[in-house]
Amino acid sequence: MTLAAVEKPILRLENVTKRFGGLVAVDDVSFEVRPGEIFALIGPNGAGKTTLFNGITGLFPPTTGRVIFDGREITGSKPHEVAEFGIARTFQNIRLFEYMDAVDNVRLGQHCRMRAKLWDSLFKLPRERREEQATTDRAMELLRFVGIERYAHSYARNLPYGMQRRLEIARALATEPRLLLLDEPAAGFTPQEKVQLMALVHKIVEQGITVFLIEHDMKVVMGISSRIVVLDHGEKIAEGDPARVRGDPRVIEAYLGKQN
Amino acid sequence: MKGWLVRVWETDPRRDPNAAAYLALAIGAIAFPVFVSVFTGNPTFWLSVAGDAGVYMLLALGLNVVVGFAGLLDLGYAAFFAIGAYTYAFIASEHGVVTPLHAAIHVPFWIVLLVALFVAASFGLLLGAPTLRLRGDYLAIVTLGFGEIVPRVFKNASTWTSGVNGVSALDTPELPLWVKGPWSGDAFALVPGFKIVDPLAYYVIMGLLLVVCVILVRNLYNSRIGRAWMAVREDEVAAAAMGVNTVGVKLLAFAIGAAFSGFAGTYYGAKLSLVSPENFGFSVSITVLIMVVLGGMGNIPGVMLGSLLIYGVIFLVLPGLPDFTVGFVKAVGLGGLAQSSGDYPGIGEFASRLKFLIFGLILVLTMLLRPQGLLPSRERAQELTKGTHEDTVIEDVTAAVDA
Repeated sequence: MTLAAVEKPILRLENVTKRFGGLVAVDDVSFEVRPGEIFALIGPNGAGKTTLFNGITGLFPPTTGRVIFDGREITGSKPHEVAEFGIARTFQNIRLFEYMDAVDNVRLGQHCRMRAKLWDSLFKLPRERREEQATTDRAMELLRFVGIERYAHSYARNLPYGMQRRLEIARALATEPRLLLLDEPAAGFTPQEKVQLMALVHKIVEQGITVFLIEHDMKVVMGISSRIVVLDHGEKIAEGDPARVRGDPRVIEAYLGKQN
Repeated sequence: MKGWLVRVWETDPRRDPNAAAYLALAIGAIAFPVFVSVFTGNPTFWLSVAGDAGVYMLLALGLNVVVGFAGLLDLGYAAFFAIGAYTYAFIASEHGVVTPLHAAIHVPFWIVLLVALFVAASFGLLLGAPTLRLRGDYLAIVTLGFGEIVPRVFKNASTWTSGVNGVSALDTPELPLWVKGPWSGDAFALVPGFKIVDPLAYYVIMGLLLVVCVILVRNLYNSRIGRAWMAVREDEVAAAAMGVNTVGVKLLAFAIGAAFSGFAGTYYGAKLSLVSPENFGFSVSITVLIMVVLGGMGNIPGVMLGSLLIYGVIFLVLPGLPDFTVGFVKAVGLGGLAQSSGDYPGIGEFASRLKFLIFGLILVLTMLLRPQGLLPSRERAQELTKGTHEDTVIEDVTAAVDA
């Protein structure tokens, strides 16, 4: 624990605020995510969790404040640049390329790591072909990793719901991230699927990838995370390990209190 | 070398569902000259028509990259066609003498092909850079405007372009060396500086251009760029989040589409030996768009087929309609219908007045009966049959879980 504390954070948010007109969706939020941990962001509906993810990934940059990834400020970077820096994400409402098959979805994820230039592609030069083959192999590997290799050649939209969530994770992993943002990965899952998902998240962390997730399910969050940040109405109201967060009176009032 | 060629073509280990279509097109292209010289009295005319149809096929292939692959609605595509044709007119004719330049430029056709490619692509980038941040309808309007502006510029900048008269007497393409022989009705000989005037030669050039373009586009489609186009078309936000520079790949689609019409424009100028602003109006943009949509957006052999059919309907069937109806009524013994009387103009004129209505009906019916196009891509076919597939059940499950 003390060792982790001195380690350089992989992601640091400094006083991040996001306003939409008069509405303050995220209000002066600061925290750090450490390398190799499973970090969770929780909070009631409308607390600003997804807005924060969008701010980190450059979809809707924060109004003020700074986002620092691995020592480099990425505030205001474009989404594709953020992906190149090494942050990948999934979406709360699954956003797969529905009319591409599973392999192509994952191959697309490797886009920013591929080196083929226009010229290579136009003339199908040998190095482009080799890269395409490697990309396909890697895609199959990732599909196996998340356990959906048998759907490799199905259109993404034809996959069962749980498999679509897994495919989205595989696609995100294809960008070779160092930090993976999962936006409610267990939403709509059966208890059994949730257990499988937690196992998958642990497998991902074992690969050396830091996981930062938004989750509603308290069992999942408490069981999986090393540290938790709680947002309510855009404000950070608590931060710490699961036991501490669970006991925090403000959290109980804002979040758990509502649940019971 | 052969292995490389095979690899160039067979980019996908899975069998290509379009193989049959490509084969049919290739056989058709080879058989056509033989067919017209055996079965029609006027092969020269038919070969020339085929060359013109090829121009539209090239345009359709290019627009397919923009509309079919990247999903960007371009309503001013003819502008790039005009730019290609005028490029040839400027740098391959005596026209330079009457411009403030006072000097003619004669660049060989083969080099102009490349020059026009880059010029048109540059204009594609120029138009795309500020506008591709726009989405959907807005982009369509901007391209529509561009398509109107370009021919008007060529029309009004008459010091440089001779205005409405256009530029005529463009250079005839030349081969540095050619072999004459009994097959062309001459004695066997090597000819330097062979001028290409024979429609068959233009037909062959067009065939080669098409082969090259199809291979290149197909390679692109099966590469990371093709995937990125598809992804941007489906979900721009997700594509960006996965590391695709969406503005960049859209620009590339625009530039490549434009490059094709640069090709087409050069060929068109060389074959017709005349360019005039009237030839690049909105109707050209729309015709090419119809070819792409009706043929099967996103599918290369589909748009090739679509371009042939639409070209046939617009330039052969519709103009031939009056004569055909007159002939038909006479043949069935109703020759009286061909005469005009009172308000009735006679069946021939009547048909002539109706031809665009008929064209419209053909389009409406085709799109009603086959909305995905004649020969659609796998993805498009799926998109347009949404809900009627075996996966409906899965969708319902998804809906239930989301709720």
